[in-house]
Amino acid sequence: MSTAQTPARQPQPFRPQPWRDRRMELILGNLLRAGVLIAAAVVLWGASIYLFRHAHEPADYRVFRGEPSEFRTIPGVIKSVVSGRGRGLIQLGLLLLIATPIARVAFSIVGFAIERDRMYVAFTLIVLAILLYSLLGSGIGV
Amino acid sequence: MLPYEKFNGEHSMTILEFTAVVAIVSFAAGLLGSLTGLGGGVVLVPLLTIFFHVDIRYAIGASLVSVIATSSGAAASYVKEGFSNIRIGMFLEIATTSGALLGAFLATRIPTNILAIIFGAVLLYSAYLSRKTRTQAQRELPPDPRATSLRLNGSFPDLEGKRSYNVQNVPTGFSLMFGAGALSGLLGIGSGAVKVLAMDQAMHIPFKVSTTTSNFMIGVTAAASAGVYLSRGYVDPGLSMPVMLGVLVGSLLGSRILIKAETKSLRLVFSVVILVLGLQMLYKGIWGSI
Repeated sequence: MSTAQTPARQPQPFRPQPWRDRRMELILGNLLRAGVLIAAAVVLWGASIYLFRHAHEPADYRVFRGEPSEFRTIPGVIKSVVSGRGRGLIQLGLLLLIATPIARVAFSIVGFAIERDRMYVAFTLIVLAILLYSLLGSGIGV
Repeated sequence: MLPYEKFNGEHSMTILEFTAVVAIVSFAAGLLGSLTGLGGGVVLVPLLTIFFHVDIRYAIGASLVSVIATSSGAAASYVKEGFSNIRIGMFLEIATTSGALLGAFLATRIPTNILAIIFGAVLLYSAYLSRKTRTQAQRELPPDPRATSLRLNGSFPDLEGKRSYNVQNVPTGFSLMFGAGALSGLLGIGSGAVKVLAMDQAMHIPFKVSTTTSNFMIGVTAAASAGVYLSRGYVDPGLSMPVMLGVLVGSLLGSRILIKAETKSLRLVFSVVILVLGLQMLYKGIWGSI
């Protein structure tokens, strides 16, 4: 009889599991820190090249010109890095930095899925969709 | 041709000097921002525009990037304390990221002097909020059915062990968070002041949980508008580099001291700085010198 099996198959009522949440938060926290440290290292590397080459030129940020396309898009930045430009490397570091919280959101989906928290898997997917829409819609990828 | 090759006679700082001074100022802003819980980004944009004569759009781009670094870098040390609530954070991030999208969209269309005026108003409000004493009275409220069904209620370590809390006024908090996200996208700040207003005041989330969860959210919110800023050419590598590195080191140092230090007088000093910068931004915005 199917009724005999139902108790085992019934979805468990949601119970918060603080230790799991904590573990997940710790993993995510460390992920974020690692991302930031890698980004900062790349920025520093780029900074040393940039400063070595341009240290004695005048600094002027008074007039907004907008960055050239090599510093505005992912393919542009990669091209600039390949050609050995310091500022290209800084920009790559900044792109890694922007990617870090997005990676955190993506990993949270896994975390919530392990906890079988469908509602929060859905919420996290919404946040990820907004982030990706913002990135791709901004034309950064072209 | 490099943009820096156009030498401007009035401006005598070299790139090396500029980088060093901006890095030191950013370090101080990051340290104070993290020690006082008021955030470093909120003073960076006015400092860069008023004292370094940086165009406000470049300043906002650099500040936004530094906000991601601060939030993500400090997250690990906050998480260890066990105060942040990932469910509250993720739920409210739906509001902050969509707000940030709107803010970034508006930022590229609003004249810079209007940006300066809005910035000034936010600074004045932050200064006011930092002086206001928090009321801790209504903490033991019954659970709100909305918060319960959204699984937002939680607990955190206290002196007497564990303290649990019930989240209130979810729709109000959610709308305020949308506003916080819009301001973050518009001004390149973490908008911690509005986030605390939403979480601490409207949703009755304990202060420590509000601040640490808000810190966790700031990076994701900023990432939602960063793509727009980068693709519009607001993120200059030469300027963002010292700002990002300086703020990051300052705030990491600050978050290590934060839990131990009693920072009342520091908070007073910092809120006076914010007040003065806010008035300056208003003045510059209204009289069009920005």
